[in-house]
Parts: sequence; structure tokens; C-alpha cells
Amino acid sequence: MLVLAIDTATPAVTTGLVQLDAAAGPRTLASRVTVNARAHGELLTPQVREVVAEAGAALGDVDALVCGAGPGPFTGLRVGLVTAAALGHALDRPVYPVATPDAIAYDVFRDAPGQELLVVTDARRREVYWARYDETGARVDGPNVERPAELADRLAGAVVRRAAGQGAELYADVLGLPVTAPGFPSPAGLVGAAADAVLSRATPAPLTPLYLRRPDAVEPGARKRVSQS
Amino acid sequence: MSALAGAVVLGIETSCDETGVGVVRLRADGHVELLADEVASSVDEHARFGGVVPEVASRAHLEAMVPTVRRAMEVAGVRPSDVDAVAVTAGPGLAGALLVGVAAAKAYATAWGVPLYGVNHLSAHVAVDTLEHGPLPGPALALLVSGGHSSLLEVADLAGPVNQLGATIDDAAGEAFDKVARLLGLPFPGGPHIDRVAREGDPDAIAFPRGLTGPHDPAYDFSFSGLKTAVARWVEAAERAGRSVPVADVAASFQEAVVDVLTAKTVRAARERGVDHLIIGGGVAANSRLRWMAEQRCADAGITLRVPRPKLCTDNGAMVAALGAHLLAAGVEQSSWDIPADPGLHVSEIVMP
Ligand SMILES: Nc1ncnc2c1ncn2[C@@H]1O[C@H](COP(=O)(O)OP(=O)(O)OP(=O)(O)O)[C@@H](O)[C@H]1O
Repeated sequence: MLVLAIDTATPAVTTGLVQLDAAAGPRTLASRVTVNARAHGELLTPQVREVVAEAGAALGDVDALVCGAGPGPFTGLRVGLVTAAALGHALDRPVYPVATPDAIAYDVFRDAPGQELLVVTDARRREVYWARYDETGARVDGPNVERPAELADRLAGAVVRRAAGQGAELYADVLGLPVTAPGFPSPAGLVGAAADAVLSRATPAPLTPLYLRRPDAVEPGARKRVSQS
Repeated sequence: MSALAGAVVLGIETSCDETGVGVVRLRADGHVELLADEVASSVDEHARFGGVVPEVASRAHLEAMVPTVRRAMEVAGVRPSDVDAVAVTAGPGLAGALLVGVAAAKAYATAWGVPLYGVNHLSAHVAVDTLEHGPLPGPALALLVSGGHSSLLEVADLAGPVNQLGATIDDAAGEAFDKVARLLGLPFPGGPHIDRVAREGDPDAIAFPRGLTGPHDPAYDFSFSGLKTAVARWVEAAERAGRSVPVADVAASFQEAVVDVLTAKTVRAARERGVDHLIIGGGVAANSRLRWMAEQRCADAGITLRVPRPKLCTDNGAMVAALGAHLLAAGVEQSSWDIPADPGLHVSEIVMP
């Protein structure tokens, strides 16, 4: 199956065209991963067009889409989700959401299985998004958002041997875990994390963003007076 | 033009709290025909905050986008293969909100293999009038009055450059309506409530100031912040004196001050520029007193007034589709695939390169 992968939940804009077979797993035909936290809206569609062209395919050849659902900074996250949703609608193809840390974990376990993992990405405001995986690669906690120090406290009671994701590098001193690649989700990681659903042509789960935080908004207080008295 | 007759344009609008998707068809005679105008609004989610909360609006746009496009295409009776171009509001507006629409429009246009037009929200407010009143016969003035804008524009043709003659130097007209409504204990958004309550009041009861109407003030700019403060002072003084506030009179007198200035400056501009068509657009164009006074003053001055029906005046996708259709008809080059959402897009930039 030909799968288009998209993720904008981290500073990277991840796009790729991936061949997915039950036996061989995901194989990347073309990919663009650009790290630029401020240009998700500008970069995403051009990258989609580039990977499709580079693979010598047409968008209409795509059998399914996979999209990272976060957690991630809201504005960028929405670019990927709305793009994937609109492409899915326009092409009449299913769109499968995956939790973004699952895509990073997929890559880690594919290269080096067998050890517990923490995936950490940057949530800005001095916080991180994180998710924890057991030695089989199954997610056992998270995704969640927290201060790095709080996360470090929480880890005291858990078995974790390594960490991945750009947030793991940023806060390596606080977390005290060896950091392994990758820093960002890859197209193959995204498709791999959704492989079962994609291959079985299951009805996709709703494409719901993992915001994990409420919008900043305050209800107004009493009216301000304008007259001096 | 002939090759484009029958062309269908889909328009997407997400600059504020309305997710709008419109579908129009370009006819051989140059008329642009409205096929669908679907709007999903998050206004109720903002009401308790007394104003639009950008993040709440952006979240609502993401949820509403595909369902609203689906609905609009169903209502219009068009299939994906019928769509010839996608237009989207690229600015001005709320950054995060705009971005949802721009990203979606790029995806649809890319998937369907059709051109993308990232357009100016203000020009779209002007272009929407052609859906109701047909092509513009010549140069026109456009008064755009909404919650975010109050601008006086000179438009030679819809696909061509826009000349901004004036604009508010502080609050937008709709913003003034909303703030004064809050002062009077009326719900958000307050414009329609002031309009309703004012019908029972006396517009001459209180002489509120007319902003920027002195001999040395800029002739075509507006200011509503001083007016809003004057209303607040008046209400506070009444409360302090233990008098009950005559809400209808305050609303009517405030509304009169806004409408008087808007129409007087606009008609003067039309006279001085020798333009004899006026379009009024934006949410405040729904105001009954503004419509009435504009009709009177335009009739006296020999100006043909065009005000689209209220549904087309507030933010919607049909206006974006209409502008897209005019750009397509004029052979304007499509926008590139890497255009940003530009919250401060200048009114002179009708379509992003
Ligand atoms: N009858 C009315 N009288 C006065 N003001 C009105 C009336 N109806 C609506 N309004 C005002 O119009 C504004 C809404 O306009 P619109 O729907 O164009 O949205 P907006 O987000 O303000 O638009 P824009 O993004 O173009 O600035 C609000 O401020 C509202 O109070």
C-alpha cells in the first residue's frame, strides 16, 4: 500500500511517501523533514507535492494517509491535521491518526528493541510532552505534559533505560537518561506505528488533536470605570 | 473568459470565529452565481469571554473544516471534479485561525489539481456584493465596517488594486457596538442588540461626540474610541446620580453618532472622488439605521447604494469564492503553494503572489 505520512507536532515538518507491506513493514520512497518551528503552514503542502513527485507518483495513487495527532504546540499541530483531513476528504482516502511519540518510539524499537523508552518532545513554556514505553515497545504511560523536573520525579518509580525525541536532548541534564536518535518523527515511524490499522483497512479513529492543555482564556471581570472620581 | 464560463470556485474563510465555505459559479455573461454558503460559527463558545478567544476559534475551525466543505459541496451539488479553483482568506485576521483555512485550501487545491488563490479578507467583503447585485458597472467606493475593520476603500475593478482612502485610527465600528453593548448589559456580540434596543429609543436624546469631524481632522479616517468612552462616562454619571439608565436612548444616540459619521464621511468621499456607486459590507452593514441613513444620504447625493443581504455581510466563504471567481476571470496568476497566513495583510494586496 502507498501511504502518505504527515506530522507537524514538533519543530520538524515531516512528510513522506511510504510503501507499506505486511511482511516488509514500512519502506520510505521519498521524504522531506525540515526543522523550522515557525513555518509549518508554508512548508507542508510544498513538501507533500515534492515527495509525491520525487517518488514518481500522483496523489491519487495514495491508498491511505497517516497523520501525527500530537501532542504538540497547537498552531503547528493543526496545520498537519487539517491538511491530512482535507487531503483525505478530497482524495476520498482514509486518514489514520497516530500519537506522535509512538512514531518516534517505532523508529527506536525497530533499530534497537528490548529496552524501556521515554519519548520527550518540547512543549515550550519550559514544559515537555512525554510518553513511556515498556521493553516490548508498548506505550504504558502518557502522552502527558509536565515540567521536566516533575517528569524526572515521576520516573523514579519506573523502569526507563533510554530517552528519544528532541525534548530528551534539551532536558538531558534534568532527566538523566541516555539519549538515542531520532529527535523527530519520521515518515516510516508514523506509518509503522499505524501499520496494523492501515493494513487491515480498519475504519480510522477520529482525527482528534492531542492538545493536553486548555486554551488560554479568561472570563472578563467587572466593568472598568472610565471616569475619575 | 469563454473557456472559464461555468467555472466553479470554492472559497474558505477562517479569519475570525466563523468557518465559512462557499461555492460559486462563473457565468458566461460575467455574473457570479452563488451555489452554497455554509457557515459554522464558534461565537457561542466565545460569548462568556466577551470577545473572540483566538485559540478557541482555531480549535473550532479545525473541527468544522472538512464537515463544512462537505456540506457546501452537497448543497451546491458539485463533485470534486467540478471544482476549478480554491480561494481562501490569507489575511488579515487572527494568525492561528487563518492558518487552518490556508492549510486546508492548499490541501484541497493540491488534491484536486486546481489553482489556489490566497486572498484579502477586505476585498472579499467588497466582492461578495456581486453575488447579489451583479458585476460592478464602474469604480466604486466600499465602506467596510465589521468587528475588526472600518475602512473606506476605492475600488476600480474587483480584481484590480484597492486604494484605501481612510480607516479607523482606533476601535472598529463593530467593536464599538460590542463594547457599548457590554456597558449596557447586553449580550455579545452586541451589534444586533443595540440595533434592536435602539428602535425604542430617541437618537437625539444624548448628543454624543462625532469622532474626527473637526475641520483639521483627516477627512476619511474614523475614530470610535472617544465615543465609547463618552458613553461609558454618561452611563456612570447617571448611575452615580442614582438615575436608572435609559438603555434605549443611550443605544439609539450612540448608534446615531456612529452611523452619522460613517455615512457623512463616505458620501463626502464619493462626491470628492467623483464616484457614484457605494457598497457597504461587513457585519455592521446589517445595522438597520446605517442602511436607512445611507439610503437617504446616497439618494440625496445621486449615489447608487449596494448593500448585500446581512448573511453575505458577515464573514462567510461565499465572499472568498466570489473574489476567487473574479480573479480567475481576470486571468490573475494563482498564489504559490508556500504562501503564509498573514494576519496583517495590507488592504492593497488583493491576492498573494
Ligand atoms: N445590526 C447590527 N448593528 C451593528 N453592528 C452589528 C449588527 N450586526 C452585527 N454587527 C456587528 O458586526 C460585527 C461582526 O461582523 P463580522 O461578522 O463581519 O465579523 P468580524 O469578525 O467582525 O469580521 P472581520 O473579520 O471582517 O472584521 C460585530 O461587531 C457585531 O456586533
